[in-house]
Amino acid sequence: MTALGKLVRTTAFKLTLVYLTVFALFAVLLLGYFAWNTRRLITEQITETVDAEITGLSEQYRQGGIRRLVLIVDNRSRRPGSSLYLVTTSSGEGLAGNVGSLAPGVLDKAGWIETAYRRLDESEDAEHQALARVFQLPGGFRLLVGRDLEERERLHDIIVSAGRWSIAIVVVLGLSGGFFVTRRVLKRIDAMTGTTQRIMSGDLTGRLPIAGTGDEIDRLAGNLNTMLERIEALMHGLKEVSDNIAHDLKTPLTRLRNRCEEALRTARVEADYRSALETTIDESDRLIQTFNALLMIARTESGQGREEMTEFDAAEIARDVGELYEPLADEKGLSLRVEAPAPARLTGNRDLVSQALANLVDNAIKYARHEEPGAANGEIVVAARGEGNGIELAVSDHGPGIPAGDRGRVVERFVRLEKSRSEPGSGLGLSLAAAVAHLHGGALTFEDNEPGLRAVITLPRSGPQRTPQLAS
Amino acid sequence: MRLLIIEDDRDAADYLVKAFREVGHVADKAADGEEGLGLALEGQYDVLIIDRMLPKLDGLAVIGTLRHKGMETPALILSALGQVDDRVKGLRAGGDDYLPKPYSFAELLARVEVLARRRVGRAEDMVYRVGDLRLDRLSHSVNRGDSEIVLQPREFRLLEYLMKHAGQVVTRTMLLENVWDYHFDPQTNVIDVHISRLRSKIDKGFARPLLHTVRGAGYMIRDGTR
Repeated sequence: MTALGKLVRTTAFKLTLVYLTVFALFAVLLLGYFAWNTRRLITEQITETVDAEITGLSEQYRQGGIRRLVLIVDNRSRRPGSSLYLVTTSSGEGLAGNVGSLAPGVLDKAGWIETAYRRLDESEDAEHQALARVFQLPGGFRLLVGRDLEERERLHDIIVSAGRWSIAIVVVLGLSGGFFVTRRVLKRIDAMTGTTQRIMSGDLTGRLPIAGTGDEIDRLAGNLNTMLERIEALMHGLKEVSDNIAHDLKTPLTRLRNRCEEALRTARVEADYRSALETTIDESDRLIQTFNALLMIARTESGQGREEMTEFDAAEIARDVGELYEPLADEKGLSLRVEAPAPARLTGNRDLVSQALANLVDNAIKYARHEEPGAANGEIVVAARGEGNGIELAVSDHGPGIPAGDRGRVVERFVRLEKSRSEPGSGLGLSLAAAVAHLHGGALTFEDNEPGLRAVITLPRSGPQRTPQLAS
Repeated sequence: MRLLIIEDDRDAADYLVKAFREVGHVADKAADGEEGLGLALEGQYDVLIIDRMLPKLDGLAVIGTLRHKGMETPALILSALGQVDDRVKGLRAGGDDYLPKPYSFAELLARVEVLARRRVGRAEDMVYRVGDLRLDRLSHSVNRGDSEIVLQPREFRLLEYLMKHAGQVVTRTMLLENVWDYHFDPQTNVIDVHISRLRSKIDKGFARPLLHTVRGAGYMIRDGTR
């Protein structure tokens, strides 16, 4: 496709053409209306003055006879101007006036007539148009009074030429403007196409250019970029998950296999086999649990669970989860307190939100213990409160906390900080909590509880919006 | 107890039939939805175990048809899907319980036995008794022998559920679902701690323990002498 052909095919160019046609038509109509009206007005004025003059002259004739009329007409004829006069006998012989020649037969018709004429003082070939009225005087004389139409015709010509010029200018300006705008748009679209082709060929780091004008193309590019970022993050996550699955599932699978082999090799009595099998079942149960958790996270992240949204009270969730974990905390020498004084209603997936909060509490109980005894560190607080359009579910502990640099990382799947590797757990609890928060259009954040950790799930009261807010 | 297993995976079905026979139940199997529906309509089963995805007729459709024809045989849905809304869909279709794959046989057995017993209709009993332990559902009071036991509301519901299924194994997941209404597995076994608290309230100081741990499966409340 040639560059021009491409240009002509663009929507912007087609739109330009349409607008151009509409504007040109409009200009023609406007000028036409103007011309027609002016013409009518001038004609009206001429007929009025001519009528008045004829009335005056016929009155003079009635009072002073033909002699007086001839005198007056003669007098008026000498004045410069566009007025035409002619007084003739019934046979058409001129008595007075400034008309040299007329189109034949004009004088025989009474009433209004538009005719070609020549003035007395002009050469043979001059010819003008006039609007005149022939009046039959009593006694057979004829009186012709008229006005030259040159003024009217000149005005008409001016308007016509103005029309031509303005259309020419509209077309030229419109076409060049359209051409310019189209080329500019085309250039940006071409840049976007280039980037998308690069992205399609596998380079996910590409981003669409943003001109910084804040116009609709910029907004589109911005949204597409956010989308690309999300896709890149998901792809990255996917890659990381497969790497982590390879690592975190291979390890227990290898261990499982080794145990079985070892049992086959060394077991002597039935009790040995039994205990080997029991450990095998335990190990495979843990594997299944990990798989389930992964599946759950994947489903939550892909937006499943949105169908089962109901309205519920987050304070109640906090109390329930607190109640569920209180004995466990107690057993580990920690105290667990729920701070949910007022109802905090929201729309969401009750089960998922419960599970997310349970995971946070679970984590807090696992890691809240400080090594040094006696420190006032044993309290875990589960809090729920509504705040404006959102609600906040927070779990605070006085444990070792998470270093600020690691806070973003801990929600990633299978990420477990070195200290916690020895604790049981899949490293998926926080990932799920974060996924649940995202599903609801909220977020999971970590704060310093000085000392300890404060994990906060913030959720909008209204539940997730149908279309997730990309550009924010 | 007579069971019907509708499952298209031959290995899984054979394994279940064998496992149920070993614990003294009679189990038949059907390999697809239509065959399963035909057998189930004969009406001689105590519990149906139905795989969610079946050839010819989907598991949910089998249950739907049965319920439509007025068959109230309890049905447990097995599913590889295992997400909350899958469970909800299964129960809405007329299923009585839902178990995601992979499951342990102990869990399945416990659930099937509870489903079979449910038909007896002891849900209407206002007082549950196990040995000298007595739970009054109306007055929310619990006694063991002559002494009154004070329980937290949740402990009461836990004991109520255990006593409703006295003599049957109740798994941790079943407790979590029925007492707490949670449908996820917590990372730590929180249920064990609740059970040990309850145990210390109802069994401590008494010669004969009533609340037993069934290794590899769950818990059971029963009078030891019977």
